[in-house]
Amino acid sequence: MSTKEPILSVRDMRVEFKIKKQNALPWHQPDILRAVKGVSFDLAEGETLGIVGESGCGKSTLARAIIRMIPSQGGEVFWQGRDLMKMNEKDLLGIRKEIQMIFQDPLASLNPRLTAGQIIAEPLKTHHPNTSKDEVKKQVRELMEKVGLSARMINRYPHEFSGGQCQRIGIARALITNPKLIICDEPVSALDVSVQAQVVNLLMDLQKELGLSLLFIAHDLSVVKHISNRIMVLEFGDIAEIGEAHDVIHNPQSPYTKELINAVPIPDPIAERKRIAERRALEAKA
Amino acid sequence: MALLDIQNLRITYDTPDGVVEAVRNVNLQIDKGETLAIVGESGSGKSQTAFATMGLLPHNAQVSGSIKYQGQEIIGLSHEEMNKLRSNEIAMIFQDPMTSLNPYLRISDQMAETLIYNSPDGKRMKKKDAIAECVRMLEAVKIPNAKNRIHLYPHEFSGGMRQRVMIAMSLLCRPKLLIADEPTTALDVTVQARIMDLLVELQEEFHMAIVLITHNLGIVAGSCERTMVMYKGEVMEQGSTVDIFGKPSHPYTQGLLSAVPRLDQDEERLVTLDRSFETPMAEG
Repeated sequence: MSTKEPILSVRDMRVEFKIKKQNALPWHQPDILRAVKGVSFDLAEGETLGIVGESGCGKSTLARAIIRMIPSQGGEVFWQGRDLMKMNEKDLLGIRKEIQMIFQDPLASLNPRLTAGQIIAEPLKTHHPNTSKDEVKKQVRELMEKVGLSARMINRYPHEFSGGQCQRIGIARALITNPKLIICDEPVSALDVSVQAQVVNLLMDLQKELGLSLLFIAHDLSVVKHISNRIMVLEFGDIAEIGEAHDVIHNPQSPYTKELINAVPIPDPIAERKRIAERRALEAKA
Repeated sequence: MALLDIQNLRITYDTPDGVVEAVRNVNLQIDKGETLAIVGESGSGKSQTAFATMGLLPHNAQVSGSIKYQGQEIIGLSHEEMNKLRSNEIAMIFQDPMTSLNPYLRISDQMAETLIYNSPDGKRMKKKDAIAECVRMLEAVKIPNAKNRIHLYPHEFSGGMRQRVMIAMSLLCRPKLLIADEPTTALDVTVQARIMDLLVELQEEFHMAIVLITHNLGIVAGSCERTMVMYKGEVMEQGSTVDIFGKPSHPYTQGLLSAVPRLDQDEERLVTLDRSFETPMAEG
């Protein structure tokens, strides 16, 4: 754990969803699904915290609740000392330019009717509406080059880009307000491995250059291990384990983390077959 | 004689922008009981090759070359002949188990349908017998309480359980060849491990050959004897999985293997694919 003052502190975050049965009568109480059950963690400046877990474990819900995209049923979120949960809409808008988000599906998260340039410029229009047209264009061009897109593509539409390029547009859009934290929700899950490597490298380079903090949500443990300083493993809305990335992967403490790690296949036929044989022997014994 | 023998397969599409070549010059053989992996990135033509074998390509596709199943040429077969092959010899499972099951039918109805219309012995099975057989197959793919759960609808199953139903359904007619197109891509890793274990087990039990199409090099390493690497519609290399992973000879395979972050190694920086081996083409 870094000794620096945390930039983000989440305390006892709880998110619940009411589920009404299809044929329920008006006086029937809805079932409560507890998606996030009291999660606490700190994130230091310039740090990457990886959040892993299987589908339905609450990792995306947690991220969305932190920036109040969805309501939460309890908990505190301190952003540089101020509690986001008690803030009014206007103050929250000011904070949101410091916390940006990148989403999983690179094409679905871009408006198909806007050009790449318009998409990247949009947050600027919300947060700095008085920026001159020329200044906006200049910043957009600079950012496109920074994320590895040619500025000549500024007038193209999302469908004219590949998946990896769309994700670069999403990254440029997140960067234009000069954020301090980027929440990446499965940013490389939809990409081919070779493209995934490029986008992961880009995120790591940008982080070093700009001193960004990252919350990196993914289900692929290998990617999370590569990019993160620390890893948090979520299991049914609870923290199963949190610690230094190397320790969590090579010396997991919780049975759930162990199970996850054992299930990740290794692209090496000899090692992988040995592992499978060991796993089967273990299961046969049990 | 190889179970499946594909020679010089070429698939082209007529599009408003001219003819697009999706697959060219693909040669592959697979023997009885063998497991072949076809790996490659999206757009490499791996699914196209499989779809051609099943006769499932869209109307504007044109196929040339030869696809022989047990010596019989598939290209040029009539609908009836193709249906016979698909029901009794070659089966296929798909990536998304939700979209490949009919949401309006109970599992019992859609599974039994297969047996009622194409029973392995050529006769029509009675519905009651068909359902009993389906329950046995659901038990073979380890669905607990199969006898009661067969009457549920697809949405009442989890993703992993749905994929088990698909596998059970594909095995009903005892195929000799199973084509699995990204069978675990939509599933969590722990579920993926269980489905792969199941496929390997069933393969031994039913003496099937499996063509596994995937982009996940890890599951290939674990369960396939031979591997074929495709890129942009062409075969880059093929051979034993141990050789391809240990001593990849093609620069594309080398690049693909080194781009994957590994849980058992600490890498400083991910290697990105060097595409300089490609013949220069006009950028689109």
